[in-house]
Amino acid sequence: MALKHVNAVVVGAGAGGGIVAKELATAGLSVVLVERGKWYTAFDCRKDDLRNQRTTVLGNSFGPDEDRNPRVLVDEQGKEYVQKPSDGGYSNNAACVGGGTASYGAMAWRYMEKDFRMRSTYGSVAGSTLEDWPISYADLEPYYEKAEWEIGVSGDDGNNIFRSPRQRPLPMPPLPPNREYQVLKPAAQRLGLHPFDIPMLRNSVSYNGRAACMRCRWCVGFACEVDAKNGTQNTVIPAALASGNCELRSECIVKEILTDSQGRVKGVAYFDSESRLQEQTADLVVVSGSANESARLLLNSKSRLFPTGLGNRYDWVGRNLQGHAYTGAVGLFDFEVYDDLGPGAGIAICDFNHGNKGLTSGGMLANEFIRLPYQFVGWRAPGVPRWGRAHKEYMRQWYRRSIGVMGPVQEMPMFDSRVQVDPTVKDYWGIPVVRLSGHRHPNDLVVGKFLASKAEAWLKEAGAITTWTFLPGTGLSGGQHQAGTCRMGEDPQTSVVDKYCRVHDVDNLYVIDGSVHVTNGGFNPALTIMAIAYYASDNLVKLWKGTHGAA
Amino acid sequence: MVAVRVKAELRMQPAYRLSRRKFLQAAMVAAAAAGSGIGCVAGRSPWRFLSVDEARTLAAICDQIIPPDEHPGAAWAGVVNYIDRQLCGPLRRLQNSYRLGLAAIDTSSRALYGANFVVLAEARQVELLGLMEQGRASSEAWKQISSSEFFALLVDQTMQGFYGDPRHGGNREGTSWKMLGMPYPPIRGRLHYDVNQRDVNQPVVNLPNVKKKDITQSQRTAPVSVANSKVK
Repeated sequence: MALKHVNAVVVGAGAGGGIVAKELATAGLSVVLVERGKWYTAFDCRKDDLRNQRTTVLGNSFGPDEDRNPRVLVDEQGKEYVQKPSDGGYSNNAACVGGGTASYGAMAWRYMEKDFRMRSTYGSVAGSTLEDWPISYADLEPYYEKAEWEIGVSGDDGNNIFRSPRQRPLPMPPLPPNREYQVLKPAAQRLGLHPFDIPMLRNSVSYNGRAACMRCRWCVGFACEVDAKNGTQNTVIPAALASGNCELRSECIVKEILTDSQGRVKGVAYFDSESRLQEQTADLVVVSGSANESARLLLNSKSRLFPTGLGNRYDWVGRNLQGHAYTGAVGLFDFEVYDDLGPGAGIAICDFNHGNKGLTSGGMLANEFIRLPYQFVGWRAPGVPRWGRAHKEYMRQWYRRSIGVMGPVQEMPMFDSRVQVDPTVKDYWGIPVVRLSGHRHPNDLVVGKFLASKAEAWLKEAGAITTWTFLPGTGLSGGQHQAGTCRMGEDPQTSVVDKYCRVHDVDNLYVIDGSVHVTNGGFNPALTIMAIAYYASDNLVKLWKGTHGAA
Repeated sequence: MVAVRVKAELRMQPAYRLSRRKFLQAAMVAAAAAGSGIGCVAGRSPWRFLSVDEARTLAAICDQIIPPDEHPGAAWAGVVNYIDRQLCGPLRRLQNSYRLGLAAIDTSSRALYGANFVVLAEARQVELLGLMEQGRASSEAWKQISSSEFFALLVDQTMQGFYGDPRHGGNREGTSWKMLGMPYPPIRGRLHYDVNQRDVNQPVVNLPNVKKKDITQSQRTAPVSVANSKVK
C-alpha cells in the first residue's frame, strides 16, 4: 500500500523535530511527522512520584515502552548489560509527542559565546575531540529569541552579567521567588556572585492561550497538569497540524531511511501502530530522534552505496556522546527553607561557566527542582545511617530544612563514548538496538569537584549548618541531556553534518536535534536544540525549490 | 490474569484495615487452612506473591528499617502490601530475590540465634540486619543471593513503600507525608498558591487568574491521539 508522496518526513516529534515540522509546514511544504511514542495530554500528568521520567523505580510514564525497547550498555570493564528504559544505564530521555519537552524541568538556557568556541578558548585537550562549532552564538541569536517567544519563556536574566547579548527581553516575567530563592540570593550577593531568575519554558502568566503555572511541585519528570509548561507538544506541533500541511503519525517506529541508486534519500520505512511495515516517500528526510536514536537510525540505514550507514563514511556517526556530569552540594539549615512552591528551581549563577582559573570549562549552578519525599531519602548527610530510627528522624528533621544547589559540567567530548548498533540484540520490531559504550573525560570530574565546592560555599554563606557535596562518576554520559553523536562541522572527515545540519554526502538528508552539538554547554540543552531547529529550518526553507528540486 | 489480580486486591482490603496483630492472626488462620502461596495468582496466601510466613518476616524487617515511634512505622504503613503488589507488577523480576532472600534471613537467624527472625528481640533483629548490610551475615545461608545486595533492595523498597505515593499500596493514609509536613492529599497549587506572598514588591499572580475557562479550554482542545488517523 503506497502512501502519498510528501515533501518532507521528519522523524521524531521532540524539541527539534516538532519545530522543524511546524517551520516547513507553515512554509508550504507537505510534511509527515513520525513519532514512536504516544501523544499525552495534561490529563496524563499522573503526579506519580515512583513512576515518572525522573524517578523510574516503577517504570517511566512518557516512554519508551519497558518491554519493547531494550538497549545494550557496555561498562568500562567491557561487560555487557541489556537495559530497559527505566534502568540507569539506558540513557533514556522520553518517547512521546513533545519528546523530553513534555516532561522536562524546562530551564531555557542560551549557551554562551565561548560555548561555541571551546577549542579556541581552551586549546586542545588531551584525550578529547574538543572542537569549535562551525557557527557562532551570533548566528543562533535570532533563533534563540524566536524559541523564547514562540514556545514561551519566563524569567529575568538581567542580573546575569555573563549572559550572551540579547536583542529582546524574555516574553514573560519570572515567577515570584520561593523561600529557597530568598535565602540564596543575598548569600550569593555577599559572595560577590551574580544571581538571577532562571529562564524557564513555563508560563508565569497566561501566554499563548494557556494558563499560568499554579506552582505545584510536579514539574521535572511529569507532564504539567494545567499545561503551563511549554514544549513542542502544546505549541509548534499543534501549529504545524493547524497549517493543514502536516500530518502527525504517532506510535510509528522508523526502521530505516531509504536511498535511491544516486545516493539520495527517498523516504523512510516504518512500522505503524499496528506493526505493519509502511513506506513513506519524500523529497527530503529530517532525523530528529535525539542523540541515541538519531545515530541508531543512520547506522541502521545501510545500503550498497552506504555500507556502514548514512553519513558514516568516516566513522563519526554515534561518536562524542555527551550529556552532563551533574555536580553540587546540599545544605541543612536550622530553619525551614522549603515551602513547597514549584517549580522549585528559580535562582542561578553563571559566574563559574568560564574563566575558572587553571580549569577547562565549567557550568551554571542553580537550586534544585522540588524534591519529593522518596527523592530526599538519598540526600543523606555524611554519617547518617541509611535505615533505622536515626534515618527516620533525619527525614523528619531535615526534609523541610534542606537546599540542594546543582549544576551541569560542560563535558569534554570523547571519541570513544559512543552509540553503535548492537550485532545481536533487537527490539520488538526486529530492529538492531543502541549499544552504548565509553566513559567521561577526567576533566569532567575535576570541574565537577570545583563546581561542587562553589555550591557548598554558597550554601554555607546562606547559613547552612551542615553541607556536603555530590560528585559525578566516571561512567558514560547521555540521558536526558544527550547530545553530540552527529557532530556539526566544516570538514566531512571529522563531522557528520554541515553547518546547516545537512549530512555531508547526502544533499536531502538532515539531522536536526541535540546530536549536532559539537559541545553541550554548561547548561540544560533544550533551548539550544530549539534554536538550532529554527535556524536549520530557516535555511532549509530558503533553499527549497519545490519537489525534486535541490533541497 | 487482570481479573485475578483485581480479585486479589479486593481480597486484600479487609486485611489492610485491620491492626497488624489482628491481620497476622487472620493471615495465620488463612495459612493454616490453605498452605503456602504460589505467587501472583489466586493462591492460598492472602497475599499476591508472598507466603504468610514471608509476609510476617518482611513486616518485621520493614519495621526495623523504618520503625514506629511517635509516627507509624513501615509495617503499619502497608509497606508489605506495596512490595507484594509490585512483585506482581513492575518489580516482577525481583520475585526470586525475595523468595531466596527472605528464606536466607531465617536460615541466618536460626544459625545465629536459634530462632526465626520474627520472634527475635528487637536488638537481635537490628544486629542481624546490620550484619547483612555489611555482608557479614553467616555465609552458609547466603550462597544463592548476596546479603548486602538483598538488604539494599529491602531498604530501597521499604523507602519507596513508606515515602512513595499511597496509590501503590504503601504510605497508608499518607502517613509519611503528614510526618514530613507535606500536605496530603497533595492538591498542590490550589491550596498553596498564596503562602509565599510576603514580598510585597513581587508581582502576585493570584489563583483566580488561572481561569477555569483557560484550563478546560486547553484540555478540550488538546488533541488526544492522531495515530495513523490519515494513513489508511
